[in-house]
Parts: sequence; C-alpha cells; structure tokens
Amino acid sequence: MAAGEVSSLELMASVIARTRAVDGRVQAFNSFDAEGALAQARASDARRARAKAAGSPVGPLEGIPVGIKDVISVAGQPLTASSRMLKDFVSPYDATVTRKLKEAGAICWGRLNLDEFAMGSSTENSAFRVTSNPWDLERVPGGSSGGSAAAVAAGEAIAALGSDTGGSIRQPAALCNLVGLKPSYGRVSRYGLIAFASSLDQIGPFARSVEDAALVLRAIAGHDPKDSTSLKMEVPDYLGGIEALRRSGRPWKLGIPKEYFGEGLDPEIGAAVQGAIDAYRGMGCEIREVSLPHTRYAIGAYYIIATAECSSNLARFDGVRYGHRSKDAKDALDLYFKSRAEGFGPEVKRRIILGTYVLSSGYYDAYYLRAQKVRTLIRRDFLEAYKQVDAIVTPTSPTPAFKKGEKAADPLAMYLSDIYTIGVNLAGLPGVSIPCGFTKGGLPIGLQVIGQPFKETELLAIAGAYEAGADWLGRHPTL
Amino acid sequence: MTYEAVIGLEVHVQLKTRSKMFTRAAAGYGLPENTLTDPVVLALPGTLPVMNKEALDKIIKAGLLLGCEIARVCKWDRKNYFYPDSPKNYQISQYDQPLCKGGSVEIELPGPARNVMGEHKRIELTRIHLEEDVGKLNHGEGVSLVDFNRAGTPLMEIVSEPVIRSADEAFAYLTALKTLMIYGGISDCDMEKGQLRCDANISIRPAGSTTLGTKVELKNLNSISFVRDGIAHEVCRQTAVVESGGRVVQETRDYDGQTGTSQSLRSKEMAHDYRYFPDPDLMPVEVGEDWKAAIRATCPELPFDRQRRLLEQYSVPYTITSVLVPDRELGDFFEEAARLCGKPQAAGNWIANDLLRELGAAKVGLSDSKVRPAHVAGLVRLVEEGAILSNAAKEVFIEMFHTGEAPEAVVARKGLKAETNLGDLERWCAEAIAANPKSVSDYKGGKESALNAFKGPVMRAAKGKADPKRVDEMLRRLLAS
Repeated sequence: MAAGEVSSLELMASVIARTRAVDGRVQAFNSFDAEGALAQARASDARRARAKAAGSPVGPLEGIPVGIKDVISVAGQPLTASSRMLKDFVSPYDATVTRKLKEAGAICWGRLNLDEFAMGSSTENSAFRVTSNPWDLERVPGGSSGGSAAAVAAGEAIAALGSDTGGSIRQPAALCNLVGLKPSYGRVSRYGLIAFASSLDQIGPFARSVEDAALVLRAIAGHDPKDSTSLKMEVPDYLGGIEALRRSGRPWKLGIPKEYFGEGLDPEIGAAVQGAIDAYRGMGCEIREVSLPHTRYAIGAYYIIATAECSSNLARFDGVRYGHRSKDAKDALDLYFKSRAEGFGPEVKRRIILGTYVLSSGYYDAYYLRAQKVRTLIRRDFLEAYKQVDAIVTPTSPTPAFKKGEKAADPLAMYLSDIYTIGVNLAGLPGVSIPCGFTKGGLPIGLQVIGQPFKETELLAIAGAYEAGADWLGRHPTL
Repeated sequence: MTYEAVIGLEVHVQLKTRSKMFTRAAAGYGLPENTLTDPVVLALPGTLPVMNKEALDKIIKAGLLLGCEIARVCKWDRKNYFYPDSPKNYQISQYDQPLCKGGSVEIELPGPARNVMGEHKRIELTRIHLEEDVGKLNHGEGVSLVDFNRAGTPLMEIVSEPVIRSADEAFAYLTALKTLMIYGGISDCDMEKGQLRCDANISIRPAGSTTLGTKVELKNLNSISFVRDGIAHEVCRQTAVVESGGRVVQETRDYDGQTGTSQSLRSKEMAHDYRYFPDPDLMPVEVGEDWKAAIRATCPELPFDRQRRLLEQYSVPYTITSVLVPDRELGDFFEEAARLCGKPQAAGNWIANDLLRELGAAKVGLSDSKVRPAHVAGLVRLVEEGAILSNAAKEVFIEMFHTGEAPEAVVARKGLKAETNLGDLERWCAEAIAANPKSVSDYKGGKESALNAFKGPVMRAAKGKADPKRVDEMLRRLLAS
C-alpha cells in the first residue's frame, strides 16, 4: 500500500469478497457493513494521497481492515455481545480502542461472533451462530473471541480485536494458528468494552504475526481518562523496541512452570511446546524450571471473581432503557424476570447465579474475599518467578480445537480449557499465544509466553524470536 | 412511667457540583426529562465510571467542617439491587470504608425567649459517605416513566448516632447541618428540589434506660418542619402504643405532613442483601495530607463560632446575630459595613431590619442588591454626624435600595440634609427661651418636662430640619448658663 501497488479500497473489496465467499461456512461475523467499510477505505486512500502530496508519512494501520469483536462498541453499529438481550441494540458511541483505531486510519470491519457476553471457550454460547474453526469446520475456533480468531484465520480480516478475561484471545489464537495478545491489565482502555469481569477483562489483538500484533497494540494502548483502571504510562514504540532487543542479541531466561505440564495436557501439545522450548534453547536462551505453586487454585478463584463481577455488571440489562424487553411483563419485577429469562442464554444465567451466590451475605468472606487472597498469591508466584526469569513459557490450551458439541454439555470440562490462561488474567500480566505446530490431524497448537507487568516489548521480542525461526504462520487453512 | 425518645437521622445531601459523580454530564434540576444524561448516566453497555474530584473535595470539606476523621483512602463499593430508577441496577457507594467517620454537629435548641440564646449541644455523627443519586419515577396511568436527570448526582449520606432526644433537637440538627452545608458551598440544601432529604429512625424507652427499643423508620419527611412534626407524632404514637400495653412493631412508616398522620409502608421487611463488593472499575484514591490541607484552607469559620465572635467583637444583640449569621453572605455584608463605618450596632440594625425587609418585598437576593455595604456604612455615618434625621434616613435607604445611588447623592437630590448651622440653632433656641419665662423658671425649679415647651417653636423656626437631639442639647446648654 505504501508503494501504491494496492489501494485500501482494493484491499477492503477483496476482504469483503473473501468474507462473502467463506463466511457462510465459517460464521465468524454477526454482521458487517460493506458499504460503510468501502467508504472508510476510500477516505483512507484520500488521506494517503494527501499525505503523499504533502510529503508526510501515514501510520502503519492506514487503510487496514481490523475486525471487531461484537462486544466492543463502534458508533452507529450493532453491539450485541452475541446475546438475544442486545439483538437489536445499536451503540451510539465509540469505544476508546475503536476511536484510536479510526484515528490510526484503520477500518473497523464487521461485528465478530463470540460466546454470549464473552462467557465461554468455544463460541458455541452465541445466541446467533456457531462459528467454525477454519482449520476444521467441524470444530470450534475456541472462545470467547472465536469470531475474531476465525475471521483472521480465514482471511476475512487482516487483524482483529478480541477481549480476554480468562484466555478469550490466547486460546482461540492457539486453536486457529494465530498470534493473540492479552496486554497487561490497565494497558488498554476498557471504555466501550461490554464488561464481563471488570478486574480481568482486557482488549487485545489477533494478528498473523507478532509484528502485526505489536502495531495494533501500539495503536490501541495508553491511558484513557474515561477508564480509571487504565494506567498513566507512556506507550512505547513496540516495534522499535523489539528490533532493538533483537539486535542486542540478549539471551533470554525463560521459565518453565512444572504445574503447567501435568495431567490433562494433550501429549501432542506437550511435544510441540517442548519443541519450542528446545528451539529457544538452541537460540542460546537459558531455560529454567520455575514453580507457580498456587496454580491449582486458579480456576476456582477465577470462577468466583469473574462470576461475582459479571453478576453485577450484567444487572444493567433489565429491559428498562434498552435491549430485550419482555412483551408479557405485568409490572417492574415481572419485567426484570421475564426480560432476563428470555434475553440471557444458559451459560450467562449460570454465571450470574453463581456470582450472586458468592457475593451473598454470609458467603462473601468464604468465597469472594478468599478468592481475592488466592489471586494475590497467584500474582506473587509469578513475580517471584520473574526474579529468576524474563518470561514464562507454557502451552496455551491443554487440547487442540475440539468438536462442536463435544464439551457444550459439560461446563466443567469447558472451564478447564482455560486452565493455562486464567492465571495470567488473575495476575494482570501480559500474555501472548503464538503458533508452535500442528497435531497429526492438522490442528494448530499454540505456545503461550507470559511476560512481566507492562513489559510487552520484551514479551513480544521473545515471542518474535521463536516466530522468526518457525514457519507455522506460513500455513493457511484451505476453505 | 415517663419515656424518652431515641432518634437517629439519615440525611442525604446532594453536592453542588457542575457535573455528575462519575461522568461529565451536567448536574442540575428542573430541566426537561432525560436531558442531563450521557452514555455513562444511562449505563449503556461498555461505559465506565470516572470519579469527579470536585465531589470528593466537597465531602472532604464537609468532613473537615464537622470534625470527622477523613479516611486515608477513598474506596468505592457496589450496592447491588434492582430498581427501575437505578440505571446500572447497582449503586456506587461506600460500604465498609466511609470517607468520613465520627465528627459532630453543634446545634442550638430554642431559647426561653426569642431574644435569648438557647442551649447548645453536640450531636455526634457515625459516618458520612459518598454515593450516586438515582433517577426519578413518574407514575402515570398504566405506565411509569423514568427520568434519569437526577441519576448520578453526587450524594452524601450523613448518619447521626442515635443521640437525638426530641423533635426539637432533630429540627435544630437539620437547621444547623443545612446552614453549615450552605456555608461551606457544599450544597444548596433546597429540600423542595430534593437536595436535602431525611429519614428518621425512632424508638422510645423508659427514661433512664440504656437499652434500645424497637425502632420505626419514618420516611418522606420533605421539609425540616415535617421532620419535627413527624418525629413528635411518632414519639406520641409509640408512647400511646406502649402505655396501652401494646408493642411497637418494627416497620417503615410514611409521614404525611399535610394531615399530620402516618401509615405503615411495610412491616419488618426481609433484610436486603445488597451483595456489596469493591467496585473493580474504580481505583481507590489516596487522600493525602496536602489535599486535605488545601481544602482546609478553603473552610469558612463555622456559623456558631462566627455568631459568638460577632456577639463579642461587635456587641450586637443576639437577635441581630441570629438573623445575620445563618446566611454567610449576609454576615460578610454586615462585617464589611461595620468595618467601613465603625458602628456595628447601627449597621446591624439597618441590615437585619431594613435591608432584609426591602429584599423580601422586592423578592431580590442579597447578591443582586443595589445596596452594598458601603451604602449602609455611608448612611450610618450621615445619621451619626447629624447630617440627616432618622426619618429622612429611612427615606434615603429606600431610595438607595431602588436606585443604588450613594446616600449622600440621595440626600442632596431630595434636599433631606438636616439643619446643622449651629448659629441658627442657637438663635432659635435663645428666642424660644426668651419668649417663655414661665417654662424657664419651671425648668430651673426642677421640672424636666418644661424643656419640651421650647422645642415646638424651635422646630417651627427650623422648618422641621433640626435634629431633636441637638435641639435638646442646645436648650439645656443655654438654660444652664
């Protein structure tokens, strides 16, 4: 595009054509506005032409279609959270990340499917459609950001935004052979992201390379006066930083937590991850075993904190101001009961009920308060490990993409899908999943690299070092 | 057996801030429905609260004025409950760590007479915390509409200890609290606009007992007088129940100030479970010493302290101070006028009587008054110097009030200057004495009232422009010689 060989309009048109051709099978999109996207592409081409005439540079995202998970607000577009509750809701305002992407010249492209309100690990909990894994249409793309992962993997978007509360970016990235980055908590504004669990949620990119992920992160990161949990901290030039670290040839010290390689890990994944670790060793990295002793409490703590917060966050969906309103309600109380009973799906209800329970008087100390203490211990485990190592390397998901319906009836089995990713959210750390191989059956495998708080540059440099010596990203699904 | 009342008040005070508690939408009253809203107020999906520092400044100021202990960290909790006037179906509030703890409100009870200061007492506070107000439901036929204009307005909840013993004390407490809030610029406390709201928890017990009786919560007390009347009514009702051998039932009652009656809203309700937990959207904010010091520097003198000072420093009567002090601007006005003329009592009289009367008649606020402290001071000086007579002074004041002219200008324009030529006065007095030898001998014989016989002729000669006080002095001087 910089060389003038391809215009944004041509790129957008080809993405739209690709989407029209494959999305009937992939089902990544809840909706898209092709005309609006083309208009944005034309505007981008005009900006590029003006900049060229003036001799000024344009940003790297200028004219690039970036898919948006349908839980992040784009002014004038539907915002459904893949829920009946918001089926016809159109958001009147831009999320901060959306505004920043637009300011960087990117085209906010389509509304990507997810597990309802981002609750799930397979995207089967969507009220509208089940997204397929482009590598095997019989299988799930992971979740909750399954639509974002599938769209990028299937060539329906150049990159995409997802949200990650317990692994919802990294796990689908692993299952779809993509780079998926969850930034440190507070690195990216959550304003305009429909809250699932406020203290865990973080927006991040899906991309086909570490470099692309770094470019998107650079565009969306930074303090936002509209989100008091976003940190007042300079946003570094990630790409420049990564390049500087690469040139320095610094040998990384990587930690391998023994707790992440136990029971339940698919042997093929274990082998692929071991292969990646060997590759790092081959580059001169120092590999050390580390211990994260409270790992086994993570799932329990996570499902208490996340459900507690979601029970409160989702209270606003009551049929009074917007969203689904039951037609049969007799009075205010009945309006709540019926609208919510009709509007929410079973997994969302399950979590609201669980969260309401753990916050109830008499149970608060035993559940919520204790979970917060566990959370502190889990973070301490990581910080202790970082005294010895620069980053921690683990599998992203214990299994490759599973068949649709395989775990849908067993919430606990589904929850275990996030066993390697949720500790990162509890600790507020940055984590990235990068491709590290395929199963014999041809399903992608992800490697998770976990970084230190706000050291995304180092994290991406470490991920990039492996990526540079592997060719997994060169493979594409056939559709 | 005699009974004593045990009363605790929960007072909600809307803070006077430009914007709402957690967003930039404007705060206000009396505007078309749902115009003071934005995506955050309406709790649209994805929106987040961000704290309004001005609101925090104001509650800290309130805490400092009331002598509370200010928490080192401001922490927010969610109070979860469903109600259509609550956009998020949770209220951001402060649960286990209120921003202010302890403190007290100095009150003045009614004195034995209007012009005698009553007993002063301190009502201890339990806590003050900050939260957001909810919207308002408007019920129509078969439909209820919600107006979110009020939703998200910063609201301070002030909880007293159960140490109030009578309806009069409750009245005095609210009056003092309101004065203090207005003094500090914290709230306008207009009860008609819902800026100050009060619920009362009332129980009775045998006098001298230390245990607490069953409490009744009284709601809808929408004026300070209704609070007093409602509490008096409830104490009587409970006493009657107990004296007739019954038991007070724990319940919430609705007081109707118009009819002076109350009725049960709900009896001992199921305990609410608000499922409080720390709001993960808002980071705790440290309230450092510098911050507190900066606010302390803006704290005014407390009203009762000021009243004591005015009584001592200016020797103005209690009745005048009790008019001047509750209104901070009026007090400032007075002190400025007193400083300019050096005659605080005269200035106080003009302000407390004439100025307030004229402002009331014209329905004008003090800030819009054309009469300024310098006008009052000038007028006091003119009277003091004898340049005008007191009747004329009243006329000058009303003229100034309407035109804003300086008193000297009014006197000149209307020809109200008093006759002060001592030569003339002496001649008129001498003539009057010469013309009435009988009264001279009466006066010299000790008949004081004989002096009056000379005054009429002098005044006639002066065409009414002589100062009676000076005439009196001159006559006495001439007769003494």
